[in-house]
Amino acid sequence: MLAISSLHKSFGPVAAVNGVSFNVDRGQLVGLLGPNGAGKTTTVSMIAGLVSPDRGAVTIDGVRLSSDTDPVKRRIGLVPQDLALYDELSAGANLRLFGALYGLSGAGLEKAIMTSLTLVGLFDRVRDKVKTYSGGMKRRLNLAAGLLHDPDILLLDEPTVGVDPQSRNAIFDNLEQLKARGKALLYTTHYMEEAERLADRIVVMDHGRVLADDTLAGLRARASAAHGASASLETLFLDLTGRSLRD
Amino acid sequence: MAAFVALVRKDLQLFFGDRRAVILSFAIPIAIASFFGSIFRGSGGDSEPAKIPVAVVDQDGSAISTAIVAGIQNDKNLAVSMPSLAEARSSVQRGRTAVAAIIPPGFGAAAGRAFIARGERPQMEMLFDPSRAAELGMVRGMLTGHVMEAVGREVFNGSQGRDLVDETLRTLDASGMPAAQQETLRNLLQAVQRLNQQAGPSGGAPANVMTVPYTVKESAVVSGNSNVKYNGYAHSFAGMGIQFLLFTAIELGMGILLERERGLWKRFRSAPLSRVMLLAARGMSGTILTLLMLVVSFAFAMVVFRVRIDGSVLGFALVAISCSIMAATFGLLVSALGKTPAATRRVATFAVLIMVMLGGAWVPSFIFPAWLQRITVVIPARWAVDGLDAMTWRGLPLDAAIMPTIVLLGFAALFAALTLSRFRWEET
Repeated sequence: MLAISSLHKSFGPVAAVNGVSFNVDRGQLVGLLGPNGAGKTTTVSMIAGLVSPDRGAVTIDGVRLSSDTDPVKRRIGLVPQDLALYDELSAGANLRLFGALYGLSGAGLEKAIMTSLTLVGLFDRVRDKVKTYSGGMKRRLNLAAGLLHDPDILLLDEPTVGVDPQSRNAIFDNLEQLKARGKALLYTTHYMEEAERLADRIVVMDHGRVLADDTLAGLRARASAAHGASASLETLFLDLTGRSLRD
Repeated sequence: MAAFVALVRKDLQLFFGDRRAVILSFAIPIAIASFFGSIFRGSGGDSEPAKIPVAVVDQDGSAISTAIVAGIQNDKNLAVSMPSLAEARSSVQRGRTAVAAIIPPGFGAAAGRAFIARGERPQMEMLFDPSRAAELGMVRGMLTGHVMEAVGREVFNGSQGRDLVDETLRTLDASGMPAAQQETLRNLLQAVQRLNQQAGPSGGAPANVMTVPYTVKESAVVSGNSNVKYNGYAHSFAGMGIQFLLFTAIELGMGILLERERGLWKRFRSAPLSRVMLLAARGMSGTILTLLMLVVSFAFAMVVFRVRIDGSVLGFALVAISCSIMAATFGLLVSALGKTPAATRRVATFAVLIMVMLGGAWVPSFIFPAWLQRITVVIPARWAVDGLDAMTWRGLPLDAAIMPTIVLLGFAALFAALTLSRFRWEET
């Protein structure tokens, strides 16, 4: 469904993304793993239309994503790493705004708000201002905002940063449901256990390049071959990306 | 269109949801404009205008100096005190008195001699507060009138004048003046002597000679309607209105930078919306808010301070709307040029203060030196304030609003173009 081919992006002399290619199919969750500065967020930003690639293409079912107003963008939902919400507004007011950005209005918009908030377990707090929410609730609302227009593809940029285990588990359940509904999910994270639990395929990136693109079983096999049967995904990750500290 | 409306509505919800921001945006400009208006309300109001505090030290005590002091004391523009020299100096030094005029001993006689012949002109010393140099000029002009009148009246109609004329006639032969001129002056002084004798030894009825040869009728030209008086609150509300419009515009720019920091701009950019729509929606909400501020503050001024739109109502609306559009696009420009909200706020606030100061928002631009008045035509605040002044207390017709409107919209177009070219669109 989502095909990324030979994406390049440089900021000045720094090549943030250097020839990245991978696919995400319907009903599949692809984990995008990499240390800080690997190029994950820039890749997601190019898929979402936030950054123009220097070269390469993003296609959805063979249709290339082009201008700002490209209707194909309606098929993509973004859950940014930041809590991109207005604390001063209620959850309902936030979602009414974000739904309107995708052309939703009237009864259709209200139904979409109810559906997305019900999914993340926040429908009973629809009238409350976001500033009264806990960190975990805000993360779930952030997810609901990305889902509101029922996109086929969901881009999740570290969606569980700073949340408690209960909220993280709830988000995982939500993602499992979305996958079951046939959504294509691209999930960037630092956490190996998240990738191991959720991902059907894992793409490991560093220095703007794809270092590995395989199923969890395939990556485990590579780790076992190098370090024995007890080797973890994290061991393989460190093998691929090195042990030097990143800023 | 639904997205555009939703973006505008969101800005309005955020603004009115913040009570502190609402109070700051509406109450503070009204309070400051009221304060400035009370200072600069001019002489058209019902209250008595401020008088210049002047001290007079009469060390002469002659008939002429007494007449000068009487004239000064009757001047409606002066608040006169009669301290000692030391007290006068101290009062000026402490800023309580703008000018102290010292009439030295022998001033009256010397001034009379200088008036009718070639006597040496006496010197009147004026002590003044250097921070009130403009008032020194005013007092000097007023004193000249009072001295001329007092000396002239005394020479033609007073005992000191009679003595002076007699003395001058006695010493005329020894004056060294050419004979023909001596004869002419003798004839003139003898005529003065006869005039003085006709008035009687006690002075008699005042002779209408050597007084200031004109009177003044003061007519403030503020409106076609002669019943309208200048209302200084109209200018102060225009000036402070523009200042706070621009401050609100800075907040508009800050809002965009904060949205960027909080990742909200990523949501906007990932939606299928054009760049122009995203900025235009912000521009629209900024225009609505700033226009509302201007309308509310002028409504307050109309109700409380009886400010009136004595010119064209349509012209006022055109200038007000173009001011608001200009302010909103200025806010967009702030967001395009700024990097971090904190640093941007400092720079933008400084820029606004300079703009409104040079634009005549604090004090009317006609007070500025000529060179500064010429330069400030490149300041949008100047056109905004002048345009609002023209439609309120100046009472000018619609055509006086056209140029400010065009110029303000021109500035808005310039700010919008710069914003589109400099805005950081890529989100990482």
